[in-house]
Amino acid sequence: MGGLFPYLTRRNIVQLTGAQALIKSLEMEGVEVVFGLPGGAILPVYDPLIDSSVRHVLVRHEQGAGHMAEGYALATGRPGVAMVTSGPGATNIVTPIGNAHMDSTPLVVITGQVSSAAIGTDAFQECDITGITMGITKHNFLVKSAHEIPRAVAAAFHIATTGRPGPVLVDVPKDVTQSMMEWWYPSSIEELDLPGYHPVVELDEDRVAQAVELIRAAERPVLYVGGGTLKSHAAAQLRAFAERTGMPVVTTLMARGAFPDSHPQHLGMPGMHGMYAAVTAIQKCDLLISLGARFDDRVTGKIPAFAPHAKVIHVDIDKAEFNKVRRADVSIRSNVAAVLSAWDEHQARPQDLDVWWKEIDAWRETYPLVYDEPVEGAPLRPQFVIESIARAAAPGTIVASGVGQHQMWASQFWKFEEPGTWVNSGGAGTMGFGVPAAIGAKAGRPESVVWCIDGDGCFQMTAQELVTARAEGIPIKVAILNNAYLGMVRQWQEMFYDERYSEVYLSPDLPDYVKWAEAMGCVGLRATNIEEMHAAIATANSINDVPVVIDFRTDSSEKVFPMVAAGASNDDIMVHPLQREPQ
Amino acid sequence: MNTPEPFLGATSHSPVRHHILSVLVENKAGVLARVAGLFARRGFNIYSLAVAPAETKARFSRITIVVDAESAPLEQIVEQLDKLVNVVAISDIAPKDALERELLLATIKTDVDNRTSLLDVVGNYGAAIVDVDAGSVTLMLAGTPAACDELERELENYTTVELHRTGRVALPRLGKAAAAAVPD
Repeated sequence: MGGLFPYLTRRNIVQLTGAQALIKSLEMEGVEVVFGLPGGAILPVYDPLIDSSVRHVLVRHEQGAGHMAEGYALATGRPGVAMVTSGPGATNIVTPIGNAHMDSTPLVVITGQVSSAAIGTDAFQECDITGITMGITKHNFLVKSAHEIPRAVAAAFHIATTGRPGPVLVDVPKDVTQSMMEWWYPSSIEELDLPGYHPVVELDEDRVAQAVELIRAAERPVLYVGGGTLKSHAAAQLRAFAERTGMPVVTTLMARGAFPDSHPQHLGMPGMHGMYAAVTAIQKCDLLISLGARFDDRVTGKIPAFAPHAKVIHVDIDKAEFNKVRRADVSIRSNVAAVLSAWDEHQARPQDLDVWWKEIDAWRETYPLVYDEPVEGAPLRPQFVIESIARAAAPGTIVASGVGQHQMWASQFWKFEEPGTWVNSGGAGTMGFGVPAAIGAKAGRPESVVWCIDGDGCFQMTAQELVTARAEGIPIKVAILNNAYLGMVRQWQEMFYDERYSEVYLSPDLPDYVKWAEAMGCVGLRATNIEEMHAAIATANSINDVPVVIDFRTDSSEKVFPMVAAGASNDDIMVHPLQREPQ
Repeated sequence: MNTPEPFLGATSHSPVRHHILSVLVENKAGVLARVAGLFARRGFNIYSLAVAPAETKARFSRITIVVDAESAPLEQIVEQLDKLVNVVAISDIAPKDALERELLLATIKTDVDNRTSLLDVVGNYGAAIVDVDAGSVTLMLAGTPAACDELERELENYTTVELHRTGRVALPRLGKAAAAAVPD
């Protein structure tokens, strides 16, 4: 056991600086890696870091640190940690904090702050980061004394990882990290002094039984699986429950990997770009069992028209989700795993589902995922590129993505088989998430292959972190689906704005992605046809010491289907043109 | 700052659309901002808000919030509030179960002609004179929000220099559910 002052226990008569106490606190929490970038106000904390067992990944922009911490958390299930300085350092990490808040990702962000005496004076690199992040953190702390550092750090990890997970920010003024304290570390929840925080409640057996009654009466049930199922590590219980009851399963964008895509009961992703059978099964079901999902507008479409015949069982650890969007017939505050186990104990089983499955199978057969045949000599089909990478990928490969068309295609065409293999920005829709999130995932699971499926627009937002990846020895693989456009916006302009393309063209050649990759110490490859595509994928898979970037030249006119237009009913789902009736 | 529209729910003869939340919070810097910020970003309307240390003084404060229960379902307001880590307990007091009180302070210009009638108003409402000088009087009323509303209307007949109301505080009527209790 190495680290800073390895002889320290939870209470020692020894004086440490606040900075040493902060680093020691991170060690006490079992932190293995911190993503960050130093600056004036956080300088004292970077000194004891040299002697710490905690690995530090030096990013090139603080936004990268935040998304790396998110990628780490999504791939490992452990909290991600980022550390930045005050002022612009802190504001640069606001986007990842907001992103983690939307997706309930456990994050602890340490920010330096100007000295206590300077707070409120508009000092150099001062900003009210606790005020700025009040609405996008689960909680935040401004630490007032060195003695309070261990409590704040321990509370931050406790809050970030329990109940509905989320980001917690700890703001530490420079004089606090420079002053002395007698070392201690909280040894119980009580010592955290959180009288208003009660993340765990006992399972309400009456409600469990009411839900069982609804399940027993159901003839057309659907298991609507959300991110909370992954957060509560309930994939095994979900599979057991689904197989025992024979119910169809849909997994939201946040839940991809919670149930194997290869499983015959899996209908895929619901929502705006969901699978036809998944969307339609929800529309026609008589019982919708929501497991850690939150009825996001990208899933529901027009709310009054969403699952109009369904009774709803809503399971969530956060009771504020109940009746927020859709009124539940039975709501159960719990983590998903505990409820599924309780239902198994009750032997909850629906009615015979043969008729229901016949309908569902007809939808699956009529409207599978399709795309236009790849054409030799024409630009690559982005869907085909993703399928080709997936086919050549080892089992357990982790996929990160940015936000846009490529993200939807990745979710549709990659086959996810296990939790922690899909690293994605859902609720916030943060372009540029992919590259740094992939780096964070690879840092957390170096034995796994990590692909970032990115768009050319997203790549340009955070590509500089490939310098970090090369310098830190984090060999990720990046597939840029380069269609020279902000593709999803282009798709909307084509479909809903009379093909008036406003400010969406990016050019396929500017920047030169191969040269850019090489300048950042990565291997850069380009694929303009099918042969080059297969060759580039094979080359990328053979390189495991440095990051690889492939510039895939894809068809600009490709659109994501199926699609439910914003605000439309899910009944009005638009299928791929190949599947439409001739007019 | 805009003055809110007269709040009709406060009077006994109008339909009730307000609810009173008695919110016990940790007495820490920024907690009021967290509560107010939550209401702002979720689009919940606050009609009035009163904050002071709770019975155990140093550790907790009580925030009495009168919310417009038409701006959002009350359940959502309560559950979102409950997620704030510094919020220790919330009790929702239905208007019919609430003992609501508010303090009104007003400085009114006086002269020989109106001094007597103003003193009558003070007497009729059970208000008190708390300060006097040659040309003005400061009066005080501690009473129900409805009584404060009525006095305020009565005072429109005079020249008001300044008028302040505290926003209401409330406790449940005896025999009704207790307000958010301070933990042991």
